[in-house]
Amino acid sequence: MKRQNSRKSTLLFLGVTVFLLLFLVVIGLGVEEEATVTDFTRTNLAPSLRYPFGTDWMGRDMFLRTLAGLSLSIRIGLLTAGVSAVVALLLGVAAATLGPRVDGCISWCIDLVMGIPHILLVMLISIACGRGFVGVVTGVALSHWTSLARLVRGEILQLRQAPYMLAAEKLGVSRFRQARLHMLPHILPQFLTGLVLLFPHAILHEASVTFLGFGLASEQPAIGVILSESMRYLTTGKWWLALFPGLALVLVVILFALLGDRLRRWLDPASVHA
Amino acid sequence: MRHRFFFVLKKLLRMALLLLGVSIVTFTLMCASPLDPLATNVGQVALGSMSPEQVEKLEAYWGVNTPPVERYLGWLGSVLQGDFGTSLLYRQPVLAIIGERLGNSIWVLAFAWVFSGLLGMALGVLAGVFRGRLPDRCIRGYCLLISSTPAFWLALLLLLIFSVWLGWLPIGLSVPIGVESSAVSLMDRLRHAILPALTLSITGVANIAMHTREKMVDVLESDAILFAKARGESLPSIVWRHGLRGVALPAITLQFASISEIIGGSVLVEQVFSYPGLGQAAVTAGLGSDLPLLLGITVITAAIVFAGNLAADLLYGVVDPKIRRGAARE
Repeated sequence: MKRQNSRKSTLLFLGVTVFLLLFLVVIGLGVEEEATVTDFTRTNLAPSLRYPFGTDWMGRDMFLRTLAGLSLSIRIGLLTAGVSAVVALLLGVAAATLGPRVDGCISWCIDLVMGIPHILLVMLISIACGRGFVGVVTGVALSHWTSLARLVRGEILQLRQAPYMLAAEKLGVSRFRQARLHMLPHILPQFLTGLVLLFPHAILHEASVTFLGFGLASEQPAIGVILSESMRYLTTGKWWLALFPGLALVLVVILFALLGDRLRRWLDPASVHA
Repeated sequence: MRHRFFFVLKKLLRMALLLLGVSIVTFTLMCASPLDPLATNVGQVALGSMSPEQVEKLEAYWGVNTPPVERYLGWLGSVLQGDFGTSLLYRQPVLAIIGERLGNSIWVLAFAWVFSGLLGMALGVLAGVFRGRLPDRCIRGYCLLISSTPAFWLALLLLLIFSVWLGWLPIGLSVPIGVESSAVSLMDRLRHAILPALTLSITGVANIAMHTREKMVDVLESDAILFAKARGESLPSIVWRHGLRGVALPAITLQFASISEIIGGSVLVEQVFSYPGLGQAAVTAGLGSDLPLLLGITVITAAIVFAGNLAADLLYGVVDPKIRRGAARE
């Protein structure tokens, strides 16, 4: 086989992964109706060809429920990671450019948010918003921006001291042009990678908080709900209720993590060779 | 010595301010909640059948009608005198509950913290040394897998394997059911703590190992190492004398930063194993809108996390003479 150009194969990987995840979202949306159908003639079936993930005590097809749950997880992940990244960008830029007082204030806020364990903070914000979809989305979105904000701030502070930036300033290049020509190409790859790498955390924390009972309502097909229900049936030997949905979630999260890693390599080739 | 004293004093002051911030944020969030503690804990039906006087009494007990600012100031005042209030759900002093729960949790947390730190660092060093080869690939794969696995699902899996399937370990709780507290032996406690501690250790490894690996790779590519190799120094000696020193600082930072993650993970893991620790109390308090208890737990947890950061800051000076002298020169 001809050896592929590593850039091309990375691009191919990115394309396939994004397609796969989008496909999952669409499929999950499609089966959402079917996933909640209860049928008491087929309760507690072990995995078989007809029901690959088995069925639960209400006769719901766990495969369809898992698909719908993954789709919901990915959508929430996209939403929360997006919001988080925007917050991080705004605060990071503000901290780096608006003077030491603003910087100190924002750094203090970052320390504050980082001081409370993530799960506790998401729980608290979710309670403040009355739990449910709004609660968990707000909670995850408002608690994950800290490290990315720090990264953006650090990068900008460093860039502003770079010789070519100082030269540009002396040459009278407008600030907007400076930002567009000299800052953006440096910040963007890091920011995009940071954004994609937020997904795994966001998805995992959404599932965790839902699992604890502070997130999505129990009638929604979420992985956290499925797993927290499965706890009651573990001791009676219904292992498939917990194994497959969790495994599927792990696979999706791994896909996102790999996506972020490959994206970094593709956008910032220098980092691979360093 | 004086500058060190001022350094610690400044850090402590900052810590106190941050704790104040944490308590204000927590309080505000709980007060902003539209969830009615009465409806949650007493139940709508029971409320409907009560006389107005009874409802009023309950409302006073849960503090529904007191203005938030007044409540917060009252809370702050008594905290400064060492009283964290009384839990509304357990009807016991908050500090007593936290003390008891933390006593259950602390061994699990401490074990997981130390074990995951040591194992993570060892794996990271190993991966860095064998960069690109089989050990590195295995360790990186393991880290990717573990960091993508939700802690509570891993806990469920371990529970399935060791308690349900093999039947080696108990399903939950910190002591056997139906046994008097005096009859509980150390072995029993240990047996019940194994799975939670194991879960937390396994999940804690990934982050530390990956960062240590990257730092190790950096160190091994430096000119100093090239020179050491040229002098004919053996690989174990290079790793021991140069590598570990370069890795020590970031490892300390990560290790102390991981306190927050381990406490967060314990909330989930204790829920799965129904282990009566601090994390489980936090979930109960959250679901039942028990403001004083949740506030107490959050503040104490944050205090532990900040104390960890302070310890890391102080350890830098011990580990790195450059920082020590830098601080002296200021």
